[in-house]
Formats: sequence, structure tokens, C-alpha cells
Amino acid sequence: MAEIVLRHVGKRFDEIEAVHDLSLTIGDGEFVVLLGPTGAGKTTTLRLVAGLEYADEGTISIGARDVTRSPPAARNVAFVFQQYSLYPHLSVYDNLAFPLRSPTLRVPEPEIRKRVQEVAALLHIEGKLGNRATRLSGGEMQRVAIGRALVRQPAIYLMDEPLSSLDAKLRAELRLELKRTQMELGATILYVTHDQIEAMTMASRIGVIRDGRLLQLGTPREIYERPTDLYVAARLGVPQINLLPAELLPGAGMPSHAKTIGVRTEHLQITRPNGTGLVGRVHRIEHLGDQNHVHLDYQGRALVTLADPHQPLVAGQEVGLQLANPLYFDAAGQRITIANEREANHAA
Amino acid sequence: MAQIRVEKLRKAFQDFTAVEDSNFTIEDGTFFVMLGPSGCGKTTTLRMIAGLELPTEGRILLDGEDVTFHRAAERDIAFVFQFFALYPHMDVAQNIGFPLKCQGVSRDEIRKRVRETARLLRIEHLLASKVSKLAGGDRQRVALGRAIVRRPKAFLMDEPLGALDSEFRHLMCDELRELHDRVAATTIYVTHDQLEAMSMADQIAVMNRGIVEQIGPPQEIYDRPANMFVANFIGSPPMNFVPFEGVLRRGESSVSIRDASIAVPEVHEDAARGPLALGVRPEHVTLSDVAPIRGRVFGTEYLGTNQIVTVDIEQGQIKARVPTRLPVRIGETVGLAFQPEHLVVFDAATGRATQSALYEDNGHG
Repeated sequence: MAEIVLRHVGKRFDEIEAVHDLSLTIGDGEFVVLLGPTGAGKTTTLRLVAGLEYADEGTISIGARDVTRSPPAARNVAFVFQQYSLYPHLSVYDNLAFPLRSPTLRVPEPEIRKRVQEVAALLHIEGKLGNRATRLSGGEMQRVAIGRALVRQPAIYLMDEPLSSLDAKLRAELRLELKRTQMELGATILYVTHDQIEAMTMASRIGVIRDGRLLQLGTPREIYERPTDLYVAARLGVPQINLLPAELLPGAGMPSHAKTIGVRTEHLQITRPNGTGLVGRVHRIEHLGDQNHVHLDYQGRALVTLADPHQPLVAGQEVGLQLANPLYFDAAGQRITIANEREANHAA
Repeated sequence: MAQIRVEKLRKAFQDFTAVEDSNFTIEDGTFFVMLGPSGCGKTTTLRMIAGLELPTEGRILLDGEDVTFHRAAERDIAFVFQFFALYPHMDVAQNIGFPLKCQGVSRDEIRKRVRETARLLRIEHLLASKVSKLAGGDRQRVALGRAIVRRPKAFLMDEPLGALDSEFRHLMCDELRELHDRVAATTIYVTHDQLEAMSMADQIAVMNRGIVEQIGPPQEIYDRPANMFVANFIGSPPMNFVPFEGVLRRGESSVSIRDASIAVPEVHEDAARGPLALGVRPEHVTLSDVAPIRGRVFGTEYLGTNQIVTVDIEQGQIKARVPTRLPVRIGETVGLAFQPEHLVVFDAATGRATQSALYEDNGHG
């Protein structure tokens, strides 16, 4: 297990700057998720750490050893790809054992058996070891692919959207298992995805990346509750944060230079219209089961908030709106830190 | 606009029965979603309604008229597929107007209806664009436009958003439902995605192995699932089940799981001792130190607005949806309390939900 340090890393492909001046430290035993859309530079970053690409600028070290120019084999990393490329003619056991049978490693067979059994137990595929790899479900195949990375006990794990080809239920299950396995092993993982739920539920820290730049690095809670700017605020949260011009929502405590107000569903409560406060009109009720998304019309703007599914609301109805601790952004789109939050941060 | 009625509909392919004795009525203007896993018969049912498959038995009525053996073209129904092919050499207006041109509608009338349709879809500014230049969402809108422009009696859609990534799909769901509210045409929509079904439907038909398991409004199906299949298929995460052996006595308001007595909605049927399962939705589980059901925290998932805590208990795993303010550590022991008024007791042998006050209080509960 080891720490990964990227210092001022840059990478260009012809005219495209894929990664720009990226500095990032992934602590030993940490699960860092790079979150960004297609083309943001997250996969390139991963490939730079793996040694599948070489950086044009900056340095990369793994476990205090500079590997910027080292070939992939010298980096002691394991890579899990989106497409689980298993050997179809081999059994699950032999697929898992394969990396250990590499001539350079010379792992004795009894040791291989022990490691394969351990990993299979961890991933709940003990019963499948005798199966052909092709006779597995998608979820089992991806477990074998992850198992093949685990069995080698590398210094770090690099994962590129490993769950994205699975269906929603399986993805939810493996999310939980992968996080659990990582904690049990104390493994260091750098994981990239465009799925914010994966990032929020698994990461020790999330790095939000866009156009090759790291915009913010923090715990899921920090990123969600204290985003640095409008882009990050809109990147996390379902439904997406409501963004309104500041003048539309007069309220106490608004910083004078606020230009945009960011209202998450938990910042906006539906109340009885009391004649004085903010008034909106229900446009549509969307059922989720555990709660409703209420789509509102507020001064010609669309807002979404949450309500209890059994709260009697109908389309067209007028409702009062109460704002509590929204986020404020300045003209440049940067979030404005408010006074009591600074104190709270200090205390924490 | 139309009412669609399906009576004793059945479809067999050799010895495989794809759809078994389906009966339902879709009222005019309803957004009706057929929901189920792949192979449940939803697409086959849709294709029979469209006239792309002939039923083995049963009838299909469109506004009271028996259309069971009418050809697809005679049904005045528009079918929107998952992968829509637009004509790449035509512009947006020509693509939308194409079905009318085929019907021999006059040029002025075509222009008028294409414009109306584009306004409904909010793509008027794109009418002169080449379709090859359009973004994914706009292509989808054009494909929809081609269906709408004919003013059919009903729209049938087979996973039209299946190929999109999840965030974009959610946006398109909003848009489709809003479009439905403007056009108000009877729509049958097929999907395997319960969130799509919950968020868009007026009525959901949950299907499994060729059988319609339950039909009702989204909240009704969520709150009062007819059986364990429906309870497990709807909800993310789905309903938790705590298996136990016990008896049910009419009039009682609790069940015993091992030594714990758990309050439930008043029982309205008697059942001999046998395998039962207590069903509880994650948002109706609270963490409580004094609760009799106890377990160890297996994992936590932060979701911003709330968090999902997974707890290993003797009978399996329970997921609880709790506020993010609550500090929960992996490995710690917690007690689980269930909100009694929402609990369902299932007959675990058949999967059927047993009768209780929850199911009879069909009002606004």
C-alpha cells in the first residue's frame, strides 16, 4: 500500500490539453474518486499514474518513489477497466490465479491457492471458482475482474468506471461491496467515474475535474455542502441545485455581493401561503416513492424541491416557500463563504 | 384521443407463454407505464396493441372498436422505438413532416402542423437544421415530433430513453411528461426502470413472467405492493424483507419476530403458522438504541440529502434511509425501529401481501 503524489502534471495530445497543472495527493488507504464528464481528463490522469501514458510536465510518485518515467510494470499498480476482459477459456480460479503465475513473480502454487481463496471469499464468488468465466453473470464477471486486481496485492488500484456496464441494482450492490473491501484491505484506490452517486457513496475524497483542471478536492460532504463554485454545485445533487438570480429571492443574511443563489431541495420548504413570504405555484408532482419532487413555478422560474409523498399538493396550487441556509455565489461564480460557516469550519 | 382496452390477452410463442391472460383498461389521456424486467412480456403486449404481433387469444379495443386483427397501419397509433432513425439528408422540418407527406396531406397543412408540433416540442428554432448536426436530445425531440405530427389516437413507446445516460434520461423524463400534459394523448410507455415509471406514470402496470402483478397509481403501488415481487421491484433501494415464522390473527396489531414484538397495521386475516416476511421501506427504518432488532453496520452511503445505512441483522440485511446529520460508523452495533403504520406482512410462501388496515385504508393515507 502506498501514497500517490501528482505534482503539476500536464499532458497534451496535439492541440488538446487533456490535463492541466494537476496536483493531487492520494493518501495511503484512501479511496479518491475523480468525477467529471467525458473528456474532462480523468481517464488520462489515471493512465498517467498507471504508466500507460507519460506526463509532458510535472512528476508522479508512488510510495515516495518517482515513477514519472517508469514503465507500467515497474509501478506495482493494478488496473480495472470498464470492460472486464476475462480469459473465456479459463475457469474463474485460473482467471484469478493468472496474474500470480506471471514468470517474473514465481509465486508457489500453494500460495496462489491461498490468495485466490481469500479474494474469492472477500468478493463472494467462492462457489464459482470451478465455473468457466463465460458462464457467469455480468456482476460475477466484474467481481472476477476486480478479484484479479486484488490478488496481486499491488501498491495501488486504478479503476476506470468499473461498474458502468452493470444494471442499476447490481451497481448499487457492488458499490457497497467495493467500498467495504477497500476498507477491509486498507487499499489505496484512484477511481474515475462520471456517476455522481458512485463518487458520493464510495469516496473518502472526491476530485471534481473539468477541462483537465481539478476544480475541487474534498470529502463528499464538503463538496456537496460547500462547493467552491457554481459548476461544482450543479455537478452534485439529485435533483440538480436550483440556481436563481439573487434579486429574485430577497432574504436576510444574503451577502451584499451575492449574484446567484443556490437552493438545494433541503434549503427550500413548502409552507402554507401566509400573505407575506415567498409564493410559488405547483407545476407538477413527480413521485419517487419515498418522497415527491415538487416542480414549482416561482416568478417565471422553475424550482424543484422535495415533499413528503402524502402531503396533499396538486398542480396549480399556490404554496408558500421558506428558504433556509442556501448557498450564495458572486459574479464570478465563486461561492461566498458566510461568517458562521467560517467559525464552524474552524471548530471542525 | 382514445381509450385502450385489453381483454384476456394471451400470447404464446410455441411452448413459451410471453403474455398470460392480461386485462386492463387505459382511460383516454392517461400516461400508462408497463414496468418489468426483461422477458416479462411488456414489449410483447405493446407490440400486440400496436398491431405488430397477433395475439394467441383475447381482444384489443381502441375506443370500443375491436382492432385485434387490424393491421398496424389501420390503428391510428404512433410507435416510438428505442432507436429512432431520422432521415439524415432531410432537415428537421422535412423529417417531422414526412409521415404527413406519405399520407398525401397538402403542403400548406403540412407546414402548419410541423410548426405546431415544433412549438410543442420547443424546437421551432431548429426547423431548418440538418438532423446530422443535432445533439442527442434534439434528435430525440425530432423523432417524437414525427410521431406527434400525425395526431394519432395514442402513442406507444418502447424504452425510448434506454440508450441515454442516467442524468440526461432524467431530464428527458421531465420533458416527456410535460409534453404529455400539453398534448394529453393516451400514452403507453414500456420500461424496466422503476424510477422512470414512478416519475412519469399516471398508472403503472407491474409485469413479471407474462403476468400483470399489479396496476395502480405510482404512490399506491409503492405504499401498498400486492406482493413481494412488486415490493422488491419498486423503490431504490427496494423494500426490506425480514423473514420470520409466525401466525397471523385477525384483529391483532403486532407480530413476533423471535423475542421481539413489532407493531404492525391491524391484521385483517387469519393465517396458520408458516413462513412470513415483514416488509419495511428504507425510509421507515430509524436507528434507535432501544429497538429490539439489532445489528452491525455493514456500510454507509452518503447521498447529500440523506444517507443509506446497511445493517447486517440475524435475518439478513436491512437498509435504512436516515438524515446525513446522524453519525454512523461501519462496524458499530445499532438498533432498528420500524414505523408501524407503513409495514406490510407477506406470506413468504406465495409472496402475497396479507390483508391489513394499511390495505383497506385506501383513502389518502
